[in-house]
Amino acid sequence: MSGAAVGMEGVTGRLSRRGRWLSFLTKLAVFVALMLLWHAVTVTEIVSPFFLPQPGAVLTVFWRILSTGRVLPDLGVTFFEFAMAGPLAVVTGILAGYLISMTRYSTIVLEPVISSLYAIPIIIFYPISIMALGIGPESKIAHGALFGFFPICLNTIQGFGGVDAIYLRMARSAGATKAQLLRRILIPAAAPTILNGVRLGLMLCFLAIIGGETIASLEGLGHRIVWYAEGMQMTNMFAYIVFVILIATVMNVCLSLLELRRRGA
Amino acid sequence: MKSPVGNPSERLVGVENVSHCFPAPEGGKDVLALDAVNMEIMRGEMVAFIGPSGCGKSTLLNVIGGMISPTSGAALVNGQAVSGPLPKQIAYIFQESALLPWATVLDNIKVGLEFQGVPKEDREGIAAAALKSVGLEAFAASYPHQLSGGMKQRVALARALSLRTDILLMDEPFAALDEQTRMIFGEDLSRLLASERKTIVLVTHSLAEAVLLCDRIFVFTSRPGRIKAVLMIDEPHPRTPSFMTSQRFSDLRNELYELLRDEVLAAIGNDRQGLS
Repeated sequence: MSGAAVGMEGVTGRLSRRGRWLSFLTKLAVFVALMLLWHAVTVTEIVSPFFLPQPGAVLTVFWRILSTGRVLPDLGVTFFEFAMAGPLAVVTGILAGYLISMTRYSTIVLEPVISSLYAIPIIIFYPISIMALGIGPESKIAHGALFGFFPICLNTIQGFGGVDAIYLRMARSAGATKAQLLRRILIPAAAPTILNGVRLGLMLCFLAIIGGETIASLEGLGHRIVWYAEGMQMTNMFAYIVFVILIATVMNVCLSLLELRRRGA
Repeated sequence: MKSPVGNPSERLVGVENVSHCFPAPEGGKDVLALDAVNMEIMRGEMVAFIGPSGCGKSTLLNVIGGMISPTSGAALVNGQAVSGPLPKQIAYIFQESALLPWATVLDNIKVGLEFQGVPKEDREGIAAAALKSVGLEAFAASYPHQLSGGMKQRVALARALSLRTDILLMDEPFAALDEQTRMIFGEDLSRLLASERKTIVLVTHSLAEAVLLCDRIFVFTSRPGRIKAVLMIDEPHPRTPSFMTSQRFSDLRNELYELLRDEVLAAIGNDRQGLS
């Protein structure tokens, strides 16, 4: 379908069983190589251990913040913000996208507007968000939802707008009602593109929340990373960074699986 | 005029003075696609519309199907003026891409029945029977991308047949098939339709298909479309491979080509003028 939709690339495509194994092993090899490199530069002190602690030490602290539950209060705050902002972005993005895609006129007029807004570095609005909503979770929720909104909205417009006219003619000739058209033709045809937008939107939303927390906040994972950095506790900081990377990775994998399942046989 | 399988006394489709104008794409003059076309199609008759590209044959098909309202004149089905799609009386077969790629073969047939308003409990049985009639019952759970082009068109045919309409409109149903698959599909179609006694309108670019399948062939002029000639094919249905290889078949095909040749040249001339 329309290759212009946001984030349509990056689909691994269909690999054979053997191909999937090789691909997994390659990814693992890249990861192990990076870890070894990290270990090597710290042990040889090419990079000062003050800035970059050894992976072993980071792993120990990582395990400690996990097992003692020290990570929980910050994780709770970030999770709460994401649980608010994510669905907000998905619902408003899909709704706005659907409404815009309903007529050719609104698509032609409004899609470029949304696209240009998406191209603006949205971070510049964050100070306004803080002034209006304070440095608590509210400003992160607003910021995260705003980041997530655009790819979801754009892909929804693309998804509904890209439905092949022949399906609509077939449905009309057979006497489909408006509701049947939506349920049987428009939604299934648009779903893959929309889901791709949702995946991208949720990732951006999470990114924006963590970013917001690092700039101005009193709690949350992003705040904790900066807090440790300011306190020169690099091992602790890296332990939290590993934690955030882990969450983002798990999230990406889950959303990709959802997309693949939807794509079906 | 006598048609081999139709009942010549009953007019099922009428086209009365149909003209249709398409608005010009950018500024320029509107395009007159059809110019005061009249015709009658009898119940059980198979007719083909053939003519150069842009002659308005698909437009006329869509006027009969209620998908386009003509600028003037009217199409009549069963004596009633057509004002929109008639799902209980008219089924369509489009080009290959009209199968929903996300639905199984069986679901593709069931969805047509759902749109038509057939109760849920009846759909499965009707769809399965239709699929069996085209010999694809083993592929009920397959997806369209797993089928060949010819198989896909047989599924589209099954979907159209399952709707149990009197009239079947076919808009270049062979366009995406290769030559050999076309001819075999043509034979299948002839056999199936002979037993169904449906009224068929086939829009096609292929002379052989028109001769193979139809009782009458309407030859269109280049734009604006008018009926230039009507060619009768007086040959019983179902048409067999031996008809396709007979001298009579090639004579009819040649006759059709002679009627068409000038119009195709005129259409190419029109396009050239459009370019300059």
